Amino acid sequence: MSGAVSGQSAAIEVRAVEKRFGNVSIIRDLNLSVAQGERHAIIGPNGAGKSTTFNLISGHIKPTSGEVKLNGEVISGLRPFEINRRGLSRSFQVTNVFARMSVWENVRCAVLWATGHRYAFWKNVDSLPEVRERTAKILDDIHLMHRRDVPAGLLTYAEQRELEIGITIASGATVVMLDEPTAGMSNAETERAVALIRRLTEGKTLVIVEHDMSVVFGLADRISVLVYGHIIASGTPEEIRRDPKVKEAYLGEEAH
Amino acid sequence: MTLTSTSKPAGDGLRFYGVWLLGIAALIVLPMIFSSGGSLTSFSLIGIAIVFALSYNILLGQTGLLSFGHAVHYGLGGFAACHMMNAVVAHKWPIPLPFIPLFGGLGGLVFAIVIGWVMTKRAGTVFAMISLGIGELVASSSLILRSVFGGEAGITTDRTALPKMFGWSFGPQLQVYYLIAFWLVLSAIAMYALTRTPLGRISNAVRDNPERVQFIGYDPHVVRYLAFCFAGFFAGVAGGLAAINFEIANSAYLGAIQSGLVLFSTFIGGTAYFFGPILGAILVTYLQLGLTSLTSVWQLYFGIIFIGIVMFSPGGIAGLLMMHRPLVRAGTLRTVIPSYLVAVVPTVALACGVILTIETVARFAGGDVINLLGIGFKPASPTTWISAAVLVVGGGLIARLTWRRIAEAWDRAATVARDRGYLA
Repeated sequence: MSGAVSGQSAAIEVRAVEKRFGNVSIIRDLNLSVAQGERHAIIGPNGAGKSTTFNLISGHIKPTSGEVKLNGEVISGLRPFEINRRGLSRSFQVTNVFARMSVWENVRCAVLWATGHRYAFWKNVDSLPEVRERTAKILDDIHLMHRRDVPAGLLTYAEQRELEIGITIASGATVVMLDEPTAGMSNAETERAVALIRRLTEGKTLVIVEHDMSVVFGLADRISVLVYGHIIASGTPEEIRRDPKVKEAYLGEEAH
Repeated sequence: MTLTSTSKPAGDGLRFYGVWLLGIAALIVLPMIFSSGGSLTSFSLIGIAIVFALSYNILLGQTGLLSFGHAVHYGLGGFAACHMMNAVVAHKWPIPLPFIPLFGGLGGLVFAIVIGWVMTKRAGTVFAMISLGIGELVASSSLILRSVFGGEAGITTDRTALPKMFGWSFGPQLQVYYLIAFWLVLSAIAMYALTRTPLGRISNAVRDNPERVQFIGYDPHVVRYLAFCFAGFFAGVAGGLAAINFEIANSAYLGAIQSGLVLFSTFIGGTAYFFGPILGAILVTYLQLGLTSLTSVWQLYFGIIFIGIVMFSPGGIAGLLMMHRPLVRAGTLRTVIPSYLVAVVPTVALACGVILTIETVARFAGGDVINLLGIGFKPASPTTWISAAVLVVGGGLIARLTWRRIAEAWDRAATVARDRGYLA
């Protein structure tokens, strides 16, 4: 799918981005390039600015300076929904679903814009075949079909994490960003989630923030290491493993 | 935690339409059973209150917007309808009365379109405060801008002067009732349909989590704005109906009391279900009509009921009723019923004690006899005070015990229902 989108330019291109809160620089001179169809992991110690980087790319917060491009088009300064409509979708580290609505409604809401129904108030939402099929497909994919009528707020933690992924991919975005999708999961749940992510992001560009190193090294084509708001190394898992700067700053002392 | 919208299996279709047809049939038959002038007036007021409360729930229940100024649209709808009726008469336009509520709706809608974009920029406290300000602003303007609002006297009109339709002059209250019932059905169907559209569902999503909505492609501001416009339109329809019913529109339509009343009705009825505001509007209108003739401190009772609902049943009456649905399905409701019956007597005793206390205080100076359940109590007599104290303390203590038993019985029934898969 990603091949169809302007094959030449990178999926995500971050150029010299800085984010200051008052006098404090959270992110400084951030440069990051994610190629089309690549699985890119961002790792780094706690407080390094990984979630902030996600927020900057997805439009949740605006960069103080610098530029973010999606498929060659500048998106920095756009609002989150405008960026989402251009084909970038993200998940959240803290589960961020529609708690009082059913699992089915959660996923369906995420399908509506992409299927062109927008703010329609003259269509019956239950009689839109392509919306129904797509929602059903995603619920099957994330193994939550048997829970379709349960309010999202009543799901187990692992189920909510899966729903979070389902909502994120529901729009069919070609660039998917997952913020610690396996955080707080048991080993078995993590394994399941990784298999799910691998399958659902097939042919898409994936950017993932993750603490679990086995997940990172098993899933990623390329890895960037973020320390104090700055990327100190970017490369294949093998290159990152060998990089002395990375060893010193991150893997050396803090690898679990 | 309540579910506003389950996707129904197809078999439920018949029951679904059955409920609507039953409602319509009831609206048609009611005035034949209760045909006195007083009942007809009550039914008409209830019909208007239902449309108004349903329109309010588009904001509160469906989009999560707490407005303290919803009566602005209701009132402007009323004024628009009055002006339209007078214009129709003056220019001899061929517009019969049943079309007038549409112009009321347009009055409410136009104001919503103009003011809404700024108002709905933010939800939560900001929206609530702005709605309060706009409400006060419009209500006070209505006394100043005499040419439009007619000052304190308001704008009067004569509904019988409009062209006849089906030979109906709409002079008799019965004909007005049917006009209101017709618009009630039309508005209720339209507002229900709205909840089942993409916009309706995204409104729910904005209510639950406005932040996340932005990451599935939607601008929550636009969603709130559209919901606000729909709510304004239907509030205007209700205002138009009120203008037809009373043949007047004045500043009382627009004010904080009216805004408070609709919030009150909607919340008591329950915001999480479509039919909640209907129950609330019926109950509150009845209480309003009934209590005002019984006691001078009726607003105090309103306040107590409201606080009681907020504290003990935030889902309102509809929430209380729907709590029982999984138990009914699991067949465990009958295990709870006995504990309810046991609780009735002490709870009623407690309520009587509270009423007696309130009325004693309220009527102490005047000395009117309190008539409670057919027994006369003199407010100045120590017998009354002792009775009140015994009822409050005794009733309260026993009632607490019985409530605890309800909770236990409820837990057991819910556990069974959960085991049988009827409760998440």
